Formats: sequence, structure tokens, C-alpha cells
Amino acid sequence: MLTDLNLDLSASGKLSNVAPLLIDRPAGRAEAIAEIKISARGVNMWYGSKQALFDVDLEIPDRTVTALIGPSGCGKSTFLRTMNRMNDAILGARMEGDILFDGTDIYKGNVDPVQLRAQVGMVFQKPNPFPKSVYDNVAYGPRIHGIALSKEALDEIVEISLQKAGLWDEVKDRLQDSGTSLSGGQQQRLVIARAIAVSPEVILMDEPASALDPIATGRIEELIHELRENYCIVIVTHSMQQAARVSQRTAFFHMGTLIEAGDTADVFSNPLQQKTQDYISGRFG
Amino acid sequence: MGQRVPSVSKKSTISAGNKAARLGLHLAVIAVVMAAGLGIAMTLLGFWPALTVASLAVAGAGAGYWRIRNARAAATERAHSLVHHHTAYVAMWTGLPAFVLLLLWVALQGPIIDQLSISALPSEVLDGLSSDQISLLLSEIKNLAAGVRFGEPADYMVAAAERYGAWMHIAELAKIAVIAAIGLLGLSYSRSRITVAFRARQGVERIIIGLMIACSTIAIFTTIGIIGSLIFEALRFFQHVPVTEFLFGTRWEPQVAIRSDQVASLGAFGAVPVFLGTILISGIAIFVASVLGLPAAIYLSEFASTRVRGFVKPMLEILAGVPTIVYGFFAVLVIAPAIRNVFGNMLGLDTAPGSALAAGLVMGIMIIPFVSSLSDDAIGAVPQALKDGATALGATKSETVLQVVLPAALPGIAGGMLLAVSRAIGETMIVVMAAGIFASLTINPLDSVTTVTVQIVTLLIGDSEFDSPKTLSAFGLGLFLFVFTLMLNVMALRIVQKYRESYD
Amino acid sequence: MTDRQSLDGMAAPNWNDPAIQGRLKRRHRGASLLRLGGIVAIAIALGLLALLLGSILSIGLKAFSQTVAEIDVPISTEYVDLENLEDSNWTRLAQDGVATLYPDDATGRRDQRYRNILSRGGLNAVRGAIEEQVIADPSLVGQSVRVSVQLSDPFDQFAKGVVRRDTPEDMRRITNDEIAMYDGLVAEGRISRVFNTWLFTNGDSRFPEMAGLAAGLRGSAMALMVCLIISFPIGIGTAIYLEEFAPKNWLTYMIEVNINNLAAVPSIVFGLLGLAVLLNFFGLPRSAPLVGGMVLALMTLPTIIIATRAALKAVPPSIREGAMGIGASPMQVVTHHVLPLAMPGILTGTIIGMAAALGETAPLLLIGMNMFSTDLPGSVFDQATALPTQIFMWFDSPELGFVSRTAAAIIVLLGFLLMMNATAIFIRSKLERKW
Repeated sequence: MLTDLNLDLSASGKLSNVAPLLIDRPAGRAEAIAEIKISARGVNMWYGSKQALFDVDLEIPDRTVTALIGPSGCGKSTFLRTMNRMNDAILGARMEGDILFDGTDIYKGNVDPVQLRAQVGMVFQKPNPFPKSVYDNVAYGPRIHGIALSKEALDEIVEISLQKAGLWDEVKDRLQDSGTSLSGGQQQRLVIARAIAVSPEVILMDEPASALDPIATGRIEELIHELRENYCIVIVTHSMQQAARVSQRTAFFHMGTLIEAGDTADVFSNPLQQKTQDYISGRFG
Repeated sequence: MGQRVPSVSKKSTISAGNKAARLGLHLAVIAVVMAAGLGIAMTLLGFWPALTVASLAVAGAGAGYWRIRNARAAATERAHSLVHHHTAYVAMWTGLPAFVLLLLWVALQGPIIDQLSISALPSEVLDGLSSDQISLLLSEIKNLAAGVRFGEPADYMVAAAERYGAWMHIAELAKIAVIAAIGLLGLSYSRSRITVAFRARQGVERIIIGLMIACSTIAIFTTIGIIGSLIFEALRFFQHVPVTEFLFGTRWEPQVAIRSDQVASLGAFGAVPVFLGTILISGIAIFVASVLGLPAAIYLSEFASTRVRGFVKPMLEILAGVPTIVYGFFAVLVIAPAIRNVFGNMLGLDTAPGSALAAGLVMGIMIIPFVSSLSDDAIGAVPQALKDGATALGATKSETVLQVVLPAALPGIAGGMLLAVSRAIGETMIVVMAAGIFASLTINPLDSVTTVTVQIVTLLIGDSEFDSPKTLSAFGLGLFLFVFTLMLNVMALRIVQKYRESYD
Repeated sequence: MTDRQSLDGMAAPNWNDPAIQGRLKRRHRGASLLRLGGIVAIAIALGLLALLLGSILSIGLKAFSQTVAEIDVPISTEYVDLENLEDSNWTRLAQDGVATLYPDDATGRRDQRYRNILSRGGLNAVRGAIEEQVIADPSLVGQSVRVSVQLSDPFDQFAKGVVRRDTPEDMRRITNDEIAMYDGLVAEGRISRVFNTWLFTNGDSRFPEMAGLAAGLRGSAMALMVCLIISFPIGIGTAIYLEEFAPKNWLTYMIEVNINNLAAVPSIVFGLLGLAVLLNFFGLPRSAPLVGGMVLALMTLPTIIIATRAALKAVPPSIREGAMGIGASPMQVVTHHVLPLAMPGILTGTIIGMAAALGETAPLLLIGMNMFSTDLPGSVFDQATALPTQIFMWFDSPELGFVSRTAAAIIVLLGFLLMMNATAIFIRSKLERKW
């Protein structure tokens, strides 16, 4: 994986002149990518009269980590939240375009956002465990959706979820403690376990490590890496190192526009757009 | 005063003429305020004493002004403070001590002369008189001194009236003499301190801060006054009636003492039925207020659009702004007949005219805004991240609200409820008008019960006799009311504060 | 949607399962139920508010008009003392004037059967009216003066249709004879309905048709003046000290705790305080607006302090720093800069506090401001009543006519509160500055 960002970008800089408006590269160099899980087509988004996204087209493959990067306010979080309709509740938010989840437009009338969010889970910037016990935090999703049919089944779901989130060993003796009593890194893994417990197909992560210390960040990144085998993961991050470490695909947003997207290695080492290169080389953002 | 707001920001650009106009305006405002103040002081504290204090202050201002003018003219170095600081300094030192002394004098002159007049009466007259009879005697003396005669007064009374008149006369003269002396003392002291180097501004500011501290302590003195008077009168009550009987007795019949030779001349002072009635009515009120207020709060904070919220919230708050006497009238004229109609005529239940249900229901309407506003605040304080967390798991709106938001907001809501309970227990007019007077030991909401506040009002209204157990028992009830509501308030504030901290 | 299978033994929900879809439907129904519950609760609460205001308006508006009879009072020279008009026998003139309304009975004396039609206080009203008019214009002597006099309460209610003609005679307070007489007066065009100015100009009375709110209004105005004079400067002084100067020490802490607690002490406890301390200890006059105002001031103080502190807090620190930076002392910063900017907020809070004080009843009852007074109080030391206590006394009166008058008095009270709150809202929206 690409970890060293001190690349000589001067040579690739010239390329921006060659391919002015190319959004997505041909997937040629990427390993045979799994099926496309989510695809966004012509997504425009407004908050009141302010447009937050401009005509975004992006395909997100399954069992892959896709990183959304860009300077703050570039629309990457907004785009992330369109994928499980978290923007629905925001007053004055309006969306145009299609987002296809397994080929179904999730903004069509017959799609139930409640069911959609169970399938497309989300983890937030600040860990937000409910003020309930560790157990109840994880069991909450299965309970409301009626997934577990018995107490034993629920216990099993909680245990497996916590194990997958790498938290089981730390909390197995204190399942009845309040979720808010855990440390910040533990809380974030608890929240990931909570998301996993409803067996989502996609996990959206909005800067999941930005409120954590480096050690906790490392654990989360490891976890993301492991989860990738079973889930389609989309992660918003402002840290390019993190994007380079955990993702296979990267999409760069700037001022509401998707500038370019492609395999992470390509985007970082060989960006097609001048803006991407400027951002990656630290000239703004 | 509103016009001053923009003028402050323009201060940098005012011209000289403008400045003179502003000065004139300021002086005019000050003159009007002072004239009004003098008029009020003359009405409340007496014409001559108030005039004395005012003249002293003006004289002080003049003395300070001339002294600093002359000193500045003679001095070579730059003065520390402005002329008006020196002026104000001397005026304050002259006027304030005299004013404070005048206030104290006015407050204490009456009681002291009363006491003197009583003690000067022949001892055989006073023998065996209750304090009420003594105060009756006193007002007779005052009437006599004012020239109002009923029948032929006894000789000792005429003498007492003459003494009273003489003392009052002396006191009036002495009052003016003493405040004048104090004022002149302050004047000569402060005037002697005026020099060019004297920091008059600091002096003035220290005095003003001192005045402000004095203002602040009023809150403490009010509390001390409340606790002191309640405890003092309650102790007198408990000399007549043992505390245990008051707290645990189940018969409350304080109204019976009409003649001293009656068997039940003392009445019965077991407050349990009164407490129970209070709890019953407050309980109904809290029930009504939560049943309506909590869903309203949930709707307003989680479902309503900004426009609906902006309209409904103030409308609900009107309910708390309506005077309680209006609710009392409403309870008696509209709600009580309706309840009698429904429960009495339609369901055939025995319904009292002043049923606890009617009073409690209307009181509940009154405290809806307490419950809804405080719950709304508590729900609003729950971080959006928690709600997002539940939504992102696929919780529906109601699941998010009921299973995540409400449990998180519970301490805040509980605090608000406690405040509402305290409010309900202390509420007076609704129950005075709509509940009963007679204490009955029942928890049937269709019966008539009485409350602590009703008893206080009925025991004290239009009654000047002040040392029978009957009137004193009102202070016993008042003490318990105060202590109980105080505890509820302290608890509620604690809970709410802790709750706020937990999400800050 | 997909057939993604269990991961490490964890069952993925099958969203196509009818059980799960049914559950989803039920869950959505729960959400709409919660929403509906909120709407219903709000509708009930606002409906009760509407019922409250509506019932008071419907009961009270009747009392804003009064049925009167026009009487031509002959000013016979026989009873007028032209040298000294004040000494004329006005009572006799009034009696004769009233007598002109009714036929004489068989013995040639004034028929007593109809005396219940006019108000029992009517004679005095006529006497006062003719005295005033004739003294103002002595040329009226020898002519007749037309005056309006209130009908008694039963006839006022009859004229307004509250008491009905078809009610059996023994079920109403007026007889058929009286009604016949009354009909005669109507036929003569002597009966009319006028706006009830007496409601605002008269003092209290045992007769509903004569009773007015002037004494209560005057008493309330006086008490509120006293309240304002005491609580406004003290409240502002306290707030400025606590907000701008107070160090953090136990005294400041005590003051803050006390203010917060006083804000929540039941109003009746302040009444007990007034009774025990102001009346019994300091010997201030019972029932006086002075004492009422002092008690109300203690109650209003926390409101003013809290509002003032909020207004001071809202002035941004940059203003203080700016003034401080050019060498102003802390006191000058406050008096020259912060206080003027905070004034709209302070005024708003004060008006709201005054409005609450105006509606306060219980403490005034305890200090005896439920005086029955036909005269207006002359000074703050006089015995007086206040608007809310007068409402309470009217409410307690057995006469039927007082029911609508109580409601009318409540409308007057609510009108004042509405005006005060509207002023407060106006000041807040127009003058208060947002940073």
C-alpha cells in the first residue's frame, strides 16, 4: 500500500493538461473489482439556496474501501449522507439525481429509508454511543428491526459484533456498564459494532478517527481493513495519509464537485487534475 | 432611553454644539428624575425631613464644586479627577448618611414610640391583657392624640394620649435635627478631603459599588425575613399545639374557636388532611400537565416545522401568563359545572361542587407550559449526534425519540417536573376559588378537599387578631409550604444543572 | 435485496420476509401515532386556552353595556338656594325627578311597587348628576335636566335577555307588574343601552349596576408605582454588581442562590412576610398600596435581576474592552457604554415583571388589600383595594350581576396585561440589538 506521499509529482503534473475533464479513469489498472454496490448519477444537492453538490457521478464497488477526500466544506460529507438518506431530516435540503443501491434508486418513492439505513450503516465523526449499557447499545439495532428471535440469538449477535469490532476482549466483563464510560477509541469501536450488529451491506464512515488519538486511530484503521472483506466501506477523511493507508479507491471533491476518482495508488501518485495534485501536495486545504 | 442606543455609537463624531445640547438634555433628565424622587420621598418619608436631606445634598454639591474650582485655579499640577466627580463625592457624603438614617428612623420611630407609650401606662391597666387588647388600647391612644374621641376616655388614657402626642412632636423635631447634624458632619469631612490630587472618582465609584452591594444583599435579607418571620410565628403556634399533633393529627378544624368557653375552643390542628388535599390536587395537576405537556414538547422539538413551532410555543406560554385568579374563575364557572355534569349527572357519581378534580385540572392547564417548555429545553439539549446515531441504525422517528432521546433527556425533564410540582403546591388563587375550605381525609378526586394555601388565606383573610392558634397555624402551614417548595426547587435546579453539564 | 449470507454465523435479516416487512409497517405506524399524539395534546391545550378566553369574553362582554333610564328632573325653584347653590335640597329634587317616572298610586303618594326598576343607588346618581349640571350652568334652574340612571341589576339582566319574560313569575326576581311598568318606560323611549363608563369611573358598590373598578385600578396603579420605584433601581443595582463587579466569593454565591430561590418561592409566602414583618413588626398601615407595592417589589425583584443580567451578558465583551482600552474606569464602562446598550432588555424584563405583579392576588389578600372601598385611595397610605383583589371580591359576591362584572373586570385585567406584554415585545423587537 502506498504510504509515502513524498512523491515526485512534478512529472505527473503535466498530465492535467492532457485530460481536462476526465472524472473517472478506466478501471483498467485496478485488480478485477467486485460488482458495483452504489452508483451515483448526476447528484445535485442544495441546502436552502446554497448548492452543496454539483452533478456528482461516482461508482462505489463492493468489498472495497472507498475514501472521499477534499478540503473542508467540499461536499464529501454531504455526499456520504446522501447514500443513506441522512439528509432527509435536514430542513431545506433538496436533492436531484439518482443514487442506485444494488441497482435500485434509493430516492424512489417505494424505498423505505428506515430499511435502507439498516442496510447502509453509518459511523460518525464523534463517537455517539447511546447513554445505555454496552450490551444495549449493540443490541439496539437488532431489537428495533426484530432481527434476533431469541435472547440467545441476540447475545450471539452482540458478541460477534463486538468481536468483529475488536472490542469484545476489552468489554466482555463490563457489558452492563454505560457505553459512555468507555474511552474515546473504545466508544468509536462500540459504535462500529452497533452498526455491524444489523448486518449492513455498506458502512459509511464520516471521519471516524478524527476525534481520536493516534493509537486509537491505528486500531480503527486496522479494523476498517479487516471489515473490508465483508462490507462495502465508504470513508470520509481529511487525512490523506489515512486515505492512502486504508482505501483502495479514492474520490477527490472540491467545492461540491467531484474532481477525480480512481484507484488510490493512481490518484495519489499520478493525479490527472491540477487541483488534485495541488491538494495532495499540500498547496491548499 | 432607547434613543441613546444609536447615539452611543455616534459619540466620536459629535460637534461642540451637539455636545452642549446633549449636556442640556442630560441635565434636564437628571433634574426631572431628582424632582420626582424628591416628591416621592416627601410623600413617603415626610415633607420636612425629605426636604432637609435634599437641601443637604445640594449644599454638599455646591460646597464640593466651589472648593475644587478654587483649588484647581490655585494649583499648578493637573487634577486627578473631573470637577463633577468632586461635586458628586461631597454631595454623596452629605446626602447618603442622612438619607439612610432617615429611612431607619422612619422605620423604627413608630414601633419605639408605641412601646414607650405602652410601658408608660399604669401597670394595673395592662395586667392580664392579651397583645391584641394592648394593640387595641394603643390605637385608642393614637385616635385620642389625633383628636378622635369615642365616649368619655379614662384619665390615664387622656394622659397617655398627651404623652404620645408630645413624643411624636419631639421625635419629628429630633429627626430633622439629627439628620441635619449627620449631613453637615459628612459635608465637612468630605469637603476637607477635596484637593487637586484627591482621587474623587475612585471615591464616588466606591460609594456606588457600596450602594450596589447593599442592593444585592436585599435578596438575602428577604430570605432571612421570610425564614425568620415564619419560624418565629410558627414557634408561637407550636406553643399552643404540639408539633406532633400538627404533623400527624388527622383532624383539621381551626375555625371553631368562636367563644372561649366553647368545648372545642382550641379547634383541631392536625394538618394531615390538608397535606393530603394538597398532594391530591397537585397530583391531578401534574398528571394533566404531563399528559398534555410532554407530547406537546416532543412534537414541538422533534416534528414541528419552524413556523408551527414559532407560533405554537408562544401560544402555549400564554397559559403561564394568565393570572391565576382568571383560572380560578374559569374553574368555578366552566370546568366545575362540566365535571359535575359528566361525573354527577351522566355517570351518577357523587360529585362535590368544589371537587379536587376541577381545581387540579385547571391548575394542570396552568402548568402545561412549565412542563412543555422545560421538557422542550431538555430534549433540545440532547446532542444531534445521538439522534443521528439512532437514525443511521434505521430507527424510526418514534423509536429515536422514545428509546434514545427521552431516556437521555430524562433528568432534565424530571427537573422541570419538580419545578412544576413546586409551582402547583404553592399555587393559591385557583384553589382558594375552586377547592373546598373544609379538610376531609380523602383521595377521591370527586370530593372536595382543601390545601395548605387555601387554609393560609382563609385563616388570615380579614383577621387582625394575631395570637390565637387559629391565625398562628397559618404560619405553621406557611413554614412547611416554604420549606417543602424550597427543597423541591433546590433539587430541581441541581438536577437540571447536572444534566446541562453532562452535555456541555 | 441481495442474498448476502450470514457473516461468521451472524444471520443477516431477510428484508423480503413478510414478518419483517409487517414489523416495518407497524414501526412506521408508531411514528405517526407519536406525531398525532403531540398534535392532539397541543390542540387540547390551545383549545382549553380558547375555551378560557372565550368563556370569559362571552360572560364578561355583557357587563360593558348598561341599561339606563332617561329621567327629566324638574329643577323646581322651590328647593334651589340661588344664593348658595351647594346648599340646595338636591336630594328632594332627585326624589321628585325619579317620581316623575312612575304613576301615583291610589292615595296620591308615590307608588312603591316599582322602586326595584331603578338601581337602589340610582337616587344618589341622579342627585350627583343634577347637582353637577346645575352648578355648572345655573340657568337650568326652573327648567328640567335630563339625566341617565342605571336600572337595577335584575332589570339590566332582563333587558339583556339573561332573565326571560317567559320564565314563570315565581322563578324570577322581577314581577309581572314591574315588567308591565318597564314596558311602559320602553314605550316612552326612556330605556336605552349605553356603554358602561361607570365600570371604569365608579368605586366599588354592593349594587352590581353601580359597582366600578376605579378604586381597584387606582390601588393597583399605586401599588405598581411603589413596586417599580423600589424594584427597578435595586434590581438594576444588584444585577450590575453581580454581573460586572462582584468577585467570586461566598457572599456573591449566597446572593445568587437567594435570588434563584426567591424567584421560585410561592407568592403567598411573600404575603406572609408582608403580614408578619411589614404590618406587625414595622406597623405599616394595613391594606395600604404602599405595603402591597413593597411586597410585590420583593416578588418582582428576581425577575428584574435575572432579565437585567441577561441583558448585560448580551452586550459583547468587545464593547467593554474598547472602552477600557481608552482609559475608562470599570464604572464608566458600565454607565456610559454597557448599561445604555442593555437598557431595552432591562425595560422588557421590567415590564414583564410588572405585568406579573399586576395579576398577583394572594399576597395582597393577606395584607388586607381586599378592602371594600367605594372611594378612591388618595395616597399610598390609605386603605385600598387592587384590581385582582377586587375581582376576587366580586367573584365572592352572591348577586347575579357580579358574575358578568367579574368576567368584565378580568377582561380589563387581561387587557392591561396584553398592553404591557405588547409593549415589551415591541421594545424587544425594535430596540434590542442583536450581536
